[in-house]
Amino acid sequence: MAVQTEGDRLHTVASDHMSPGRILAGRALVWGTALVLVATAVVQALNDFGHIAFGFDNWRPVLYAYVLWAISLGVAQVLIRGEQGKRALFVLPAVLFVISMVVFPLLFGLYISFTDWNLSSLTGRKFNGLDNFRQMLSDPFYWNALKNMVYYVLAIVVEYAIAFSLALLLNAEIRARKFFRVVFLLPLMLSPVAVSWMVGKSMMEIRFGPLANLARFLGWETPSFFGSPIVARLTIEVMDAWTFIPFMMIMLLAGLQAMPKEVLEAAKVDGATRWQSFWEVIFPLMLPVSITAIAIRIIFKLKLADIIINVTAGGPGGATDSVTSFIFREYRDRSNVGYGTLLAMVYLILIVIFVTSLLSIVNRWSKRAGWGGSG
Amino acid sequence: MTDKPRQIFADTDSDLAFRAKWTSERILIYTALGIWAVICFFPIYWTITTSFKMAPDVMKGHLVPWLDFSPRWRGWRSLGLSPETIFETSTVREEFLKRFMNSVITSLSASTLAVMLGSLAAYGLSRFSYRFGFMKNSDISFFFLSQLILPPVVLALPFLVLYKQLALLDSRIGIIALYTLMVLPIVIWIMRDQFSAIPVELEEAALVDGLSNWGAFMQIVLPIALPGMVAAFILSLVLCWNEYFFAALLTSTDAKTLPVMVASQTGSQGINWWSMAALSAAAIAPLVIIGIVLERYIIKGMAAGAVK
Repeated sequence: MAVQTEGDRLHTVASDHMSPGRILAGRALVWGTALVLVATAVVQALNDFGHIAFGFDNWRPVLYAYVLWAISLGVAQVLIRGEQGKRALFVLPAVLFVISMVVFPLLFGLYISFTDWNLSSLTGRKFNGLDNFRQMLSDPFYWNALKNMVYYVLAIVVEYAIAFSLALLLNAEIRARKFFRVVFLLPLMLSPVAVSWMVGKSMMEIRFGPLANLARFLGWETPSFFGSPIVARLTIEVMDAWTFIPFMMIMLLAGLQAMPKEVLEAAKVDGATRWQSFWEVIFPLMLPVSITAIAIRIIFKLKLADIIINVTAGGPGGATDSVTSFIFREYRDRSNVGYGTLLAMVYLILIVIFVTSLLSIVNRWSKRAGWGGSG
Repeated sequence: MTDKPRQIFADTDSDLAFRAKWTSERILIYTALGIWAVICFFPIYWTITTSFKMAPDVMKGHLVPWLDFSPRWRGWRSLGLSPETIFETSTVREEFLKRFMNSVITSLSASTLAVMLGSLAAYGLSRFSYRFGFMKNSDISFFFLSQLILPPVVLALPFLVLYKQLALLDSRIGIIALYTLMVLPIVIWIMRDQFSAIPVELEEAALVDGLSNWGAFMQIVLPIALPGMVAAFILSLVLCWNEYFFAALLTSTDAKTLPVMVASQTGSQGINWWSMAALSAAAIAPLVIIGIVLERYIIKGMAAGAVK
């Protein structure tokens, strides 16, 4: 990431002379629409709490007012700041969109997570302080789900090894490379829900599924893919790996193809064997790409849920539960919004700590190894 | 006849050994490739063939059509998509088409929106320096990319409540907004790479010729960056089409998407293998076709950022 400390990469000279009337109009526009937004929000809130009879059926008008405010903020940028404002328009829509879609719900979620709120109970929500947190500490299923996430994340090492070997195979001098690349990419195109039916329910059907038949053929007399906790977890992991290995494979393949050929030839001239040139030339050169691929894979792995929800629903006995699928059921089966949200928030905090420490370790390590700020 | 004339280019023993080694290596490589190709392709093959099976064929685990079993339209008939039923009215087919259209509309609009917002932001960040409060360009980039680690479950429940208040629950617009948010970091990741690869001199020339910043962006930069945008768009499309979590929580009747329909079919009265197979096959077909036809864009998209 190229950090620009000073000035634009694309310089433009513009006569930024704004008339006072224009600036005033811009300010009036922003503040006027902001006033409309606040007014609708206040009216709606008062109506919600039953203080006044006047109001709308739902909060939709407030949303419209917000959109209006956002648009006039953009217009005002141009009115007030001219060329500079037009440049701000490149980033402003995305920033406003993400802030309104993430920051606001997160704050709202933080509030929910400290309430006792069950959608099926009639009492509505009420603030209960740290009760949810205490409940979490003594909830064995949540800790179990977190522990499973550790297993799932650790399994990425194996996925990485497979993806790397596939990338090496595709990078070798082979015929029909395009055919193999397309076929290898296919699992990534499939939706996890379809995969969980096609593979998890149908191919692993104990009586007649082809995988069960294969297992019997290989000597496993009573194949059961979801019977014991370890096997079930492994099965889920295999299915998830199957859909995501192509992703890492393609990134690694791109890295392999971008590698300078001279280095490999030099190694060959120096008499390195295949094995040596892999471990001492290819692998070190591929480290930055590998780290990017693994980092993205970890991020996706931490969201793992669809397959688990659809195949095992967490069973047997929570052995396959991921945090996401556990919270999903907490909401779906028990409508426990307050507690579920707290669990999700704690998970988010854990993820942020985990990912940032991982990144800082990688950064420090890469500085020492001397291949500067890539990855 | 004392001695044969010596062949100058005869294969020595070491040459032959090399040859043998080369051949065995080829065999090994192609075997490995073949095995993995089967692993990748077999589930798709199984699903498609199962949709043409009758109950006994499924139970006996038959694999090869015409050899093991004779294909029937059983599965597709139950979806109303077989040749005999395609012109008749079928409630199942209507249901399926409704879900299918929901998926098409939500994923297409979300991807379009994300590519528009994301390209603009990525271009701005790669060309100008901004300052929002304490945030500079690198902070803003990080802010966008950091959305990637946000697990959907954190947003799901607040959105459930918010959407209820906003009357956006079970609406396509609500789902589109969430999907856009979900793929935006990836689009920005890819497009930032694309734009920083385009030399600034091109736009400087355009500016000298009298175009504005936006004019230069629209007329000069966008056409060059188009392949990258297509790559970002297709990758977004794949993610949105396959999304299940938000759709399962936030839609019920009107806006239900295809993955939710597939997931809800596995229900109570035993599984109809053939109709499930037909449904799954229909659900994955669009993306499988896209994957085969537009493979190089998908690879381009995923390779962006991997190599710098």
